[in-house]
Amino acid sequence: MPKLKIDGIDIEVPPGTTVLQACEMLGVEVPRFCFHERLEIAGNCRMCLVEQEKAPKPIASCAMPAADNMVIHTNSPRARKARQGVMEFLLINHPLDCPICDQGGECDLQDQAMAYGFDRGRYRENKRAVKDKELGPLVKTIMTRCIHCTRCIRFATEIAGVEELGATGRGENMEVGTYVEKALTSELSGNIIDLCPVGALTSKPYAFTARSWELRKTESVDVLDAVGCSIRVDSRGPQVMRVLPRLNEAVNEEWISDKTRFAYDGLTRQRLDRPYVRRDGKLAPATWAEAFGEIARRMEGLAGTQMAAIAGDLADAESMYALRALMDALGSPNRDCRQDGAAIDPAVRASYLFNTTIAGIEAADVCLLVGTNPRWEAPLVNARLRKRWRRGGFEALRLGPEMPLTYDVTELGNDPAALGAIADGSHAAAERLKAAKAPMLIVGMGALARPDGAAVLAAARRVAEACGMVRDGWNGFNVLHTAAARVGGLEAGFVPGAGGRDVAGILGGAASGEIGLVWLLGADEIDMQRLGRAFVVYQGHHGDAGAHRADVILPGAAYTEKDGLYVNMEGRVQEGRRAVFPPGEAREDWKIIRAFSAVIGRPLPFDDLAAVRAALAAAAPLFATRETPAAAGWAAFGAPGPIAAHPFRSPVDDFYMTDAICRASITMAECSELYVRGGVAAHTGTHG
Amino acid sequence: MSLLDRGARAFFLSDLVSGMGLTLRYMFKTPVTINYPYEKGPISPRFRGEHALRRYPSGEERCIACKLCEAICPALAITIEAEPRDDGSRRTTRYDIDMTKCIYCGFCQEACPVDAIVEGPNFEFSTETREELFYNKDKLLANGDRWEAEIAANLAADAPYR
Repeated sequence: MPKLKIDGIDIEVPPGTTVLQACEMLGVEVPRFCFHERLEIAGNCRMCLVEQEKAPKPIASCAMPAADNMVIHTNSPRARKARQGVMEFLLINHPLDCPICDQGGECDLQDQAMAYGFDRGRYRENKRAVKDKELGPLVKTIMTRCIHCTRCIRFATEIAGVEELGATGRGENMEVGTYVEKALTSELSGNIIDLCPVGALTSKPYAFTARSWELRKTESVDVLDAVGCSIRVDSRGPQVMRVLPRLNEAVNEEWISDKTRFAYDGLTRQRLDRPYVRRDGKLAPATWAEAFGEIARRMEGLAGTQMAAIAGDLADAESMYALRALMDALGSPNRDCRQDGAAIDPAVRASYLFNTTIAGIEAADVCLLVGTNPRWEAPLVNARLRKRWRRGGFEALRLGPEMPLTYDVTELGNDPAALGAIADGSHAAAERLKAAKAPMLIVGMGALARPDGAAVLAAARRVAEACGMVRDGWNGFNVLHTAAARVGGLEAGFVPGAGGRDVAGILGGAASGEIGLVWLLGADEIDMQRLGRAFVVYQGHHGDAGAHRADVILPGAAYTEKDGLYVNMEGRVQEGRRAVFPPGEAREDWKIIRAFSAVIGRPLPFDDLAAVRAALAAAAPLFATRETPAAAGWAAFGAPGPIAAHPFRSPVDDFYMTDAICRASITMAECSELYVRGGVAAHTGTHG
Repeated sequence: MSLLDRGARAFFLSDLVSGMGLTLRYMFKTPVTINYPYEKGPISPRFRGEHALRRYPSGEERCIACKLCEAICPALAITIEAEPRDDGSRRTTRYDIDMTKCIYCGFCQEACPVDAIVEGPNFEFSTETREELFYNKDKLLANGDRWEAEIAANLAADAPYR
């Protein structure tokens, strides 16, 4: 344990700690551009120079390991002078265009120039100019501003796993860019915008629209996949201007996917801002009273069992609980939150959770991926897997469709029967899993959302049991969800009651006429054709598939417009907060259901958010917790049976088009066109 | 003595004569009052009057939508919205000043890095309705075009002292 003295304070640090980290432990701030906690050390910006006694020159503290008997001065005249020199060199070529730079106001260089900058320039020659690079529809480049910290290059290489960014040339001629002009093919590319300490990489959709100081910052949680990334929603007036990641070591560290970051423009398009009632085959604008009256009229004469409710992928737990309470009041056991028909057993919590937890991936040494493409289904889980893989001593095995991942994978083919063979020990992979100290498996919705899903689930459980994945202190059985509402719905009991129908049953009943009324809570991913002649109430925020089929539309709030609880795939209850108000006459979803319950004379027993949450927590104690996934007890689940031979396929065909918000987003449409529908090959810079 | 003196003054109307004399003297001096609005007094180059948005001699508007004036405005009178123009440059799509809120402190022109927003020499812009004092970008640019010669001269005159 090296002991050193920093600014007169003695500190003992673990071996391998750098001087800069030791300074941070003491709360001493050292300016830096290239150093980043989650990236490898580059030591090329020289801004973190500190003075070390008995050393001939100031040392770069980010790259210097702390050693015994070092005496460091971080703010001595010599250190300050060295940093002022570095700053003057940086500003030789950095343009003075802060007023038109989107980084202005939140720029590291701007801030540090205030501390170490010289108040005039001594350099009379022309500044360097660099041609801007084309990095696709998300990242805007103004490469003249680049100070060559190489954070973006290191991020792309290390975290994103796409070795597409690099530096060409040396010294003043060094340029950062893609070697051949092409868009960054990573679903994490937006993070280089946050990493860039200057305004060289900025957000293209956000360009010039707002300034950091005029935004209202709301800490919330993302719902566009089931990871539940911590986000900060920046809004101005009635509009969400951008979405940024928030530090959450247990979930997303400090990254978010491009979908999370850039789908916000979908929040202003295709919105349902007033109730509609279908009259003579056409949806006509209506008042809330008319819409509620129409539903109440159609409910008359229908028995409870003739009504059903389906919750979509973006629903918050409160609204699902309220709808469940409404259905209970109406006497309907038909409700389901599993739009894709995934054969998840709601009775055993361990059967549908990501039991290892996302941070727990870092303790695993072998991972079996079953019918999943984590890169598209949960990019941040994939980033964790890559982080673990980069550390070495980790092997990923895949039984499922071959899609490019960001780490080496041993392919086991795509024959679902192999799962049974692994469980029996007759497959070669079984030995590998059994030999592992901390094996884990990840079952995707592609494996469970099929007619034989229950058999696949049972087989996966047998694999977990046979290969020693479940033991004290370690549970390597994981289900990778794609819907943010899924675990919340399962926990809140939005599953068929006694004798109730699941999604397939509801759709079948609607087609055959046994179900007369279906309440869709933002459910857009079901086959609307199969709803037959049923009366459809669509409660949601976007005019997507569900709204087109609906007979009555109740305009709800999107995730940035309501306070809501969401449970991520680990069973972590997280609070989303309202950043802006819902548009027009749209209201928070649980309030709509509460108001309707009063119209039909069966008022639900809660009047404010606190009461809903209290009732929810009483029904499911998990909802009294926040941010702490509770370990789930192991039990038998799934239904052993024959597994069909047709191969697994990922439920996400298009990463950028998974839900109603993304489908309404222009940015996401551009990405989909470029990255998914073959655009990358067709539109590279080499094609003129 | 004093009685005699006062009596003589009263008799010869000396107070009246000296008063009339003063009047007579002022008849030959230049008057300090001016015949407003046909005549106007001199104003400082730093006079902070009606706002204007200036253009470059090429006709390109100066404003780059940096929003510093909006940020510094103590009365929150300025509202700006911006987006990339077709040529990729940063421009405002909306630049409103609520002249009824403005306190004419001049911080906006101090903050402006490109001398786009200025408070010109015009102080005669009273209106009959309140709405006419909600200036938009067109009005401000028109002001700039109308007053450019005076504004430029004022800026040049003040430049040595900044």
